[in-house]
Amino acid sequence: MTAQTLYDKLWSSHVVREEADGTVLLYIDRHLVHEVTSPQAFEGLKLAGRGLWRVDSVVSTADHNTPTDHWDEGIKDPISRQQVETLDANIKSFGALAYFPFKDKGQGIVHVMGPEQGATLPGMTVVCGDSHTSTHGAFGALAHGIGTSEVEHVMATQCLVAKKSKNMLVKVNGPLPAGITGKDVALAIIGKIGTAGGTGYAIEFGGEAIRSLSMEGRMTLCNMAIEAGARSGMVAVDEKTIDYVKGRPFAPTGAQWDAAVAYWNTLHSDEGAHFDAVVELEASDIKPQVTWGTSPEMVTDIDGIVPDPAAETDPVKKGSIERALAYMGLTANTPVKDIPVDIVFIGSCTNSRIEDLREAAAVARGRTKAASVKQVLVVPGSGLVKAQAEAEGLDKIFIAAGFEWREPGCSMCLAMNADRLQPGERCASTSNRNFEGRQGQGGRTHLVSPAMAAAAGVTGHFVDIRQL
Amino acid sequence: MKAFNKLDGLVCPLDRANVDTDAIIPKQFLKSIKRSGFGPNLFDEWRYLDHGEPGMDNSVRPLNPDFVLNFPRYAGAQVLLARENFGCGSSREHAPWALDDQGFRVVIAPSFADIFFNNCYKNGLLPIVQPAEVVDQLFRECEASEGYRLTVDLQAQTITTPSGQSFAFDITEHRKHCLLGGLDEIGLTLQHAEEIKSYEAARRQSQPWLFHQA
Repeated sequence: MTAQTLYDKLWSSHVVREEADGTVLLYIDRHLVHEVTSPQAFEGLKLAGRGLWRVDSVVSTADHNTPTDHWDEGIKDPISRQQVETLDANIKSFGALAYFPFKDKGQGIVHVMGPEQGATLPGMTVVCGDSHTSTHGAFGALAHGIGTSEVEHVMATQCLVAKKSKNMLVKVNGPLPAGITGKDVALAIIGKIGTAGGTGYAIEFGGEAIRSLSMEGRMTLCNMAIEAGARSGMVAVDEKTIDYVKGRPFAPTGAQWDAAVAYWNTLHSDEGAHFDAVVELEASDIKPQVTWGTSPEMVTDIDGIVPDPAAETDPVKKGSIERALAYMGLTANTPVKDIPVDIVFIGSCTNSRIEDLREAAAVARGRTKAASVKQVLVVPGSGLVKAQAEAEGLDKIFIAAGFEWREPGCSMCLAMNADRLQPGERCASTSNRNFEGRQGQGGRTHLVSPAMAAAAGVTGHFVDIRQL
Repeated sequence: MKAFNKLDGLVCPLDRANVDTDAIIPKQFLKSIKRSGFGPNLFDEWRYLDHGEPGMDNSVRPLNPDFVLNFPRYAGAQVLLARENFGCGSSREHAPWALDDQGFRVVIAPSFADIFFNNCYKNGLLPIVQPAEVVDQLFRECEASEGYRLTVDLQAQTITTPSGQSFAFDITEHRKHCLLGGLDEIGLTLQHAEEIKSYEAARRQSQPWLFHQA
């Protein structure tokens, strides 16, 4: 048998049928559902008189529209409330394996909730109407975002109509230097290959630096695969994967656990497997990353400067840089360390897990918010992350530093709820997208790791956390 | 789904790379639980000078005179000409819904983000990839000549310029078949329900831990 990549194995084990042009019906094991991209799909099922093909594949929560403070007052925005109530009603009428509604202790960002519930398992296909579904690839699963028509298609048929992507290996060699996180690795990769570098590919992340990342770090990395253009990113199964999954509510137990582990241990690329593209980075070259523009590929490191469009010869790229600097209110050649911030956001499906909060708290401990910083929001990824953080006393560290400790949700990552930037405000954010208007119309986003965000919060500008 | 066969349409050039789906339809409009009505908020932050929210009367909002979609010469455009990596970012299908609702049927670009590309086909919207130099030429011709139109023939898989120059484009047989017929993809898949059931039964045997009592 020819050597297979991890992606080849995951793909071929889920093919139900294949047409002559390579279009396949791909079987879906887990369908994560949230309130924003599902109402039209449920409506479509109702209109056609269809139900869910497999109720026990669906796990759902409300996250995008939910407020992160004053939960006692409910959801004030009537349109947001209607969307969340529509999900409540749809789950009630169609069913699900599990539902974590607004205010439930298991509620959280769908990509934090899935893994922590053991609803994401190695070897699965995982889909969700959300591009950051790539997160779940950290478990050696094939996971990617889909549109609402596909949400309806999976609900009705348990399958996706799909074509296989090409294989890309992104290998990060050598040990990860101290202070460098999964976020820095992700941004460094995007800086190297660009936001369209992974288009048409499924990316496997490998190499010593990736193996050394915790599951949280791997989730951060796979989460950002989509920002490199790849619908799915993945990491091979190892002991860390299996240790993380063990004992979670929907993980197998007893004899099934043993059988599952035996299978999961095969979920890695075979020696000599063919990749259509290979990209290598040296971990020792990676410094703390900071984006300066309006696309995640517009990134440099903490020792870098804002680029000068005059130095760019490609007219499309030059125009992009000029437009980005105008939007961001930045001058060419400004050192990154001289950029002041108004707001800090620590949260999102990229960086709101317990390890992220620990890293931010380690910086905040014994320090206080800079007077020039208006607000530091800390938004845990789920109710369970929040409870864990509070059990460790992290909430008290944040509050003592003048940071705000909030309820879980997507929050200011995309600003669908009340948490948003005002025009012109500059934010150090642990989220995934620095697009124009993403965190609020006219808002200016700089993507960084949780420790870098916390450090910006206590100093008022970007600093090298390795020297703090 | 709306069928697509042949179109002779006015072209609107959007000269920016990496246009993301947040720009195509900002998040505040994603709170709708419907599929329609997104057209007036297509490119909302670029198109209007004020801040848009759901429920506003868009017809009285101040238009940004510098945004290409507001130029009178492009009113009624059905073909959007774009740059590389169009539709990157969020998977929101509201992006093709908004393009469709505005009246666009075709988007031509050197490259598209995968999820957006796929979402287009589900809505009778045809995304066409062309080499960067062809896209450059179309931009030049479109900007130079008011009323510039392209003929897009899906059956023949060609784009034809007013001067009669034709460019071929690729599409998978499956997508072409569905678009030409305006077919319900769920209905097509359910014709294979027995195969799905037998796959599922085998999976239940080999990996029982993936199945629960809901």
